[in-house]
Amino acid sequence: MTGLGVKIGKISLKNPVMAASGTFGYAKEFEKLVNLKHIGGIITKTITLNPRAGNPMPRICETAAGMLNAIGLQNEGFDNFIKEKLPYLSKIGTPVIVSISGNNIDEFFILAKRLDKIKSISGIELNISCPNIKCEGLVAHDAKETYEVVKAVRKITGKTIITKLSPNVTDIVKIAKAAENAGSDAVSLVNTFLGMAIDIETRKPKLGNITGGLSGPCIKPIALRMVYDVSRNIDIPVIGIGGIMSASDAVEFMIAGASTIQIGTANFIEPDVCGKIIKGIEEYLRKHKIENIEELIGSFNDKR
Amino acid sequence: MKDIKAKILSNEKTRYVYYKMVLDAPYIARSAKPGQFVEIKCSDSFEPLLRRPFSIHRVKGKGSRVKEIEILYEVVGKGTDVLSKKQKGESFDILGPLGNGFVLPRAHAPNLEPRAIIISGGIGAAPLVFLAEELTKKKIKTIVLIGAKTKKLILCEKDFKKFTSEVYVSTDDGTYGCKGFVSKLFHNILKTTESNFETVVYVCGPHGMLKCIAQICEERNFECQVSLEENMACGIGACLGCVVKTKTGNKLACKDGPVFDSKEIIW
Repeated sequence: MTGLGVKIGKISLKNPVMAASGTFGYAKEFEKLVNLKHIGGIITKTITLNPRAGNPMPRICETAAGMLNAIGLQNEGFDNFIKEKLPYLSKIGTPVIVSISGNNIDEFFILAKRLDKIKSISGIELNISCPNIKCEGLVAHDAKETYEVVKAVRKITGKTIITKLSPNVTDIVKIAKAAENAGSDAVSLVNTFLGMAIDIETRKPKLGNITGGLSGPCIKPIALRMVYDVSRNIDIPVIGIGGIMSASDAVEFMIAGASTIQIGTANFIEPDVCGKIIKGIEEYLRKHKIENIEELIGSFNDKR
Repeated sequence: MKDIKAKILSNEKTRYVYYKMVLDAPYIARSAKPGQFVEIKCSDSFEPLLRRPFSIHRVKGKGSRVKEIEILYEVVGKGTDVLSKKQKGESFDILGPLGNGFVLPRAHAPNLEPRAIIISGGIGAAPLVFLAEELTKKKIKTIVLIGAKTKKLILCEKDFKKFTSEVYVSTDDGTYGCKGFVSKLFHNILKTTESNFETVVYVCGPHGMLKCIAQICEERNFECQVSLEENMACGIGACLGCVVKTKTGNKLACKDGPVFDSKEIIW
């Protein structure tokens, strides 16, 4: 039996494959298509304190080997989440990590304080990096602000904190270090790349919000490089995200230094892709006679 | 809803830019209702990346032998172009049936018989033939209005005629049937037909047409069910990409629709 188990903060995952925020709803959407309890961990769609209507249509547009989205954190708010979504999530039998976002530090703090009291929630992912909300500079674009948000949340909760980083920065390592210094248990990277597309007939943007976040296989090499850079420079676990479509993509991120990985866009194309990737990773470990997946993490061979 | 591998039984151009594909998909064929759709993974490569939604055009076979579904599609972009080149015998992943379909009429008032008026604009005919079949199976009086820009874009006239004798056509340029928009034809039909029916209107087509038909229905106090089309990624309510603004907040075309009560929509 190969060991697929990985630990992130206080959370023990049965395997390193997690469903990324915003691509898996609140899990119930996938119940008929996926054996949910087999997934390593589920990160919810981001919730905010108050409901958000999100951005105008169109909200998605396909690009070469990728897609742009500008959903704008549409969600029903904290109270609705607790009442309508949490009961189902709590019954699945796999760690549930709630993704949260706020307009300011106070909102992150209040949300974390409320979630801290709920036993069935294993951890909190701080979405400080959604590119589709209008505010003066994203938290994840500034090391000091990142530090302050993580620090505030750290004060109020003993639950595992994952800080989700933006790739739209000059030096992602610097932001990752700020999250680590403030007490984050792990960092997840990357969120989407800011991009746009134009209809050349009408000269109008293809997204209602003009710009959106680029995801899918086209971002994988850049995301991989960022995971590689960050994991060599911090001591907390790195969760790799960015265009993972297959088990070999997942293994590649782990070799680069990711302790676990998150599947995003691929969930839209193949609802049961997480299950397929878990199987594929097991096969890889067997083939390479690796007994414990931890041996794979950061096993990058830099000799040429 | 299931994600299954379906084999292509045929894939042929019907006319102009329109194609019809028959798929061996027993589970979907048996559980599908008119107005529901499927998400097809057109390619195993990353081009196109996302699945494409197609309404279920017909379900073929009888009783336990129901096993085929038909997709009627227009080649408009990358996804449908790839699809049009697929050969008989190839197979791909297809997820469905998805969404909520049309609701068949129930007579409310004791002395009023139900009557369905189906209005189709261009490729909007795709989900409506299946609907016409179900309505006439239930012996509901059905009138069909088909509109398109020009004669060669008129779809499914023969198919509809298999189910009802009352099929009327209009073209914007007058090359076939009445000249003008299908909304004008709708007005004319309402003037010349009896009105002691409980009328339900079913409509699928371009956005402007839907809005116009919805308005006429509101004036006449007819129930009107519109089938909407939006860009979508997942098809199962996870990505929130296909939002429709309604009087009771944001709804999703994939999960809450694609069929909506026209009075609910903020046009």
